[in-house]
Amino acid sequence: MPDQAIPSVDAKHPPAKPKMQFKNKRKSLMNWIMPVLLFLCAATSILTTIGIVYTLLSETLSFFAKVPFIDFITQTRWNPLMGEKTYGIWPLLSGTLLITVIACLVAVPIGLAAAIYLSEYAPKRVRKIVKPILEVLAGVPTIVYGYFALTLVTPTLQSLIPGLPIFNALSAGIVVGIMTIPMVSSLSEDAMSAVPRSLRDGAYALGATRFEVALKIVLPAAFSGVVAAAVLAFSRAIGETMIVTVAAGATPKLTANPMESIQTMTAYIVQVSLGDTPHGSIEYGSIFAVGMTLFVITMLLNITAQWLAKRFREEY
Amino acid sequence: MKDLIQEDRGRVLMRRRIDFALNLLFLAATSVGVLVLVVLIVDIVMDGLNNLTPELFNNYPSRKAAQAGMKSAIVGTIYMLLIMAPISFVFGVGAAIYLEEYASKNRFTRFIQLNISTLAGVPSIVYGILGLTLFVRLMALERSLIAGALTMTLLVLPIIIVASQEAIKAVPRSRRDASFALGANKWQTVSRAVMPSALPGILTGVILAMSRAIGETAPLVMIGALTYIAFLPDSLKSSFTVMPIQIFNWISRPQEEFHMLAAAGIIVLLAMLLLMNFSAILLRNKFQNKL
Repeated sequence: MPDQAIPSVDAKHPPAKPKMQFKNKRKSLMNWIMPVLLFLCAATSILTTIGIVYTLLSETLSFFAKVPFIDFITQTRWNPLMGEKTYGIWPLLSGTLLITVIACLVAVPIGLAAAIYLSEYAPKRVRKIVKPILEVLAGVPTIVYGYFALTLVTPTLQSLIPGLPIFNALSAGIVVGIMTIPMVSSLSEDAMSAVPRSLRDGAYALGATRFEVALKIVLPAAFSGVVAAAVLAFSRAIGETMIVTVAAGATPKLTANPMESIQTMTAYIVQVSLGDTPHGSIEYGSIFAVGMTLFVITMLLNITAQWLAKRFREEY
Repeated sequence: MKDLIQEDRGRVLMRRRIDFALNLLFLAATSVGVLVLVVLIVDIVMDGLNNLTPELFNNYPSRKAAQAGMKSAIVGTIYMLLIMAPISFVFGVGAAIYLEEYASKNRFTRFIQLNISTLAGVPSIVYGILGLTLFVRLMALERSLIAGALTMTLLVLPIIIVASQEAIKAVPRSRRDASFALGANKWQTVSRAVMPSALPGILTGVILAMSRAIGETAPLVMIGALTYIAFLPDSLKSSFTVMPIQIFNWISRPQEEFHMLAAAGIIVLLAMLLLMNFSAILLRNKFQNKL
C-alpha cells in the first residue's frame, strides 16, 4: 500500500507555521546584532592603543617644539623643575637602566633556577604547594613592595654597607628583582614543560643525570622561551613605578653607582603629577616625552619577547 | 681494565654529586620566593598590627598620625571596584567572545590579538598618562571617581580578555556541535551552550584582574586621586582616593608613626586581596571538578 505511506500534501491548506515565530525572529535579530556589538568590544583594544599613541605623540611633539629634540637626547643633565632648566633624558635613562640591571641580576638567576627545579626536579606535591605561593608573590601590590624596600631592605643593607643613603638604587633594584622572580620562573617553566618528554627520555636512557638533562637537553631546547621570559622581566622592571618612587629617590643623576640616590623615568612622571603642574607648561609636556620614551622601549622589548617565544613554539 | 672501571665509577660518582649539589641549589633558589613572602608578611604584620584599630576604619586622613584613618580610601576602593567591574566585564568578555567565536582567522584578527598582548605589557603608568589626557582633560571628567574607574578599566581589559579567551577555548567542541544539531543559531549556541560552561573560568579571570586593579597605585596618582579626602564620594564626578594611594602617602612621610600606619593599611589591603584571590581559587576548583 504505497499510496498510504506518503502523507498527502494539500496545496490549498499548508500545515500551520510554528507558533514560536515571533521569538525566532527576535533570536535571529540577536544573531545578527550581537557579532556587531561584540566586534565593537574587541575594537576598544585597538582604540586604546590608538589613544595611547595619539596622546603621547601629540603632547610630545608640542614639548619638542619648545625643547629641541637634539637637546633631549644629547644633554646629560635633567633639571626640569627649578633653576636653570635642562632636559637631557640620559640621567633618567641611566637611573632606569641601573634599577633594571640590578633587578635582572636578582630575578633571572633565581627565577631560572626555580623554574629548573619546578620543571625537572620537584616532586608533584612540592610543585602543587610552591606554584600558588609564587602566584601570590606575583599578586602583591607594588606599593607593598615599596614599603618592604624602604622599611626592611634598606635598613638591612645600611647595616651591611655603612654610608648607604636612605634612598638608593640598590635596595629598589633588589626589590624590583624580587617582584619579577615569579614572572621569570613561571614563564621559563612553561617553556621547559613544552620540551617534549621524548628528548628527556633519550638523555636519561644514555645515563645522564637530572642536572645534565636540565642543562644540556631541556635548557637549550627551551632557550628562546627562557630568553623571552628574561626580556619580559626586563621590560616589566623598566615600567615599574611605585617601588622606585618610594625607595630609589628623586635625584636624576648620570651614574652607574648603585649606592647612590637616583631617579627613574617612571618616578619622574609620578613626581611631576604629584605636584600641581599647569596644563600646557614645559614640565607638563616633559612627562609625555618621558612617557613616550618609556612606552617605545617597553613596546620594543615586548615585541622582541613575543617574537622569541613564537619562534620557540614553532620548533616542535 | 680494572683501572678503567675504577675511573668510570669515580666519574659517575662525581656526576651524581654535582647533580645532588645543584638539586639543593635549585631548591634554595625556589625557596627564596617563599621565604621573601613569609618575611614580607611577618614584617608588615609586626609593624602594622598595633595600628589595626577601629579608628583606622572610621577616621578620615589626618595630619596627626594618632587620629589618621583610611575610611575614605576604603570606601573609594570599593566604589571604584563597583564601577569598573561591570564595565570591564562587559567589554572584556564581549571582546573575548568575538575573538573566539566570531572572528575569522584573518590578518585583522591576528592584529587585534597581537595588539591585546602588547597592551598587557604596557607599563601601568602609561595608562595613567592616557587617562589624564583622555578622561580628565578631553572628556572633562576632572579628577573624579569615574575618570579613575575608566582608566583602570582600560588597564585591566587586556587581562580579562586573555583570561576569558582561555576559558572559552576550554569549552569542548562537542557542546557547540550538540547545540547546532538541535537547530540553535550561532548566538543561541554562544549564549546558552558555550557561556554557561565558560562562565566560572571567566569570573575567576575577572576577579584576579580586579585584585590587580585595587593594588595599582601609579595610574591613579597620575589621574590625581587626592590623598587628603575627608569625605565619602557622593557621585561619579566627586573626587576620591583609594587604599594604595593613602598607603603611598603615609609611606612618603618621614615620620615613623606614619610608616606604622602604612603597614596597618597594607594589612587591610592584603586581606582584601587575599579574600578576592581565595574566592577566585574556589571558583576555579569548582570549574575543574565540573569538567
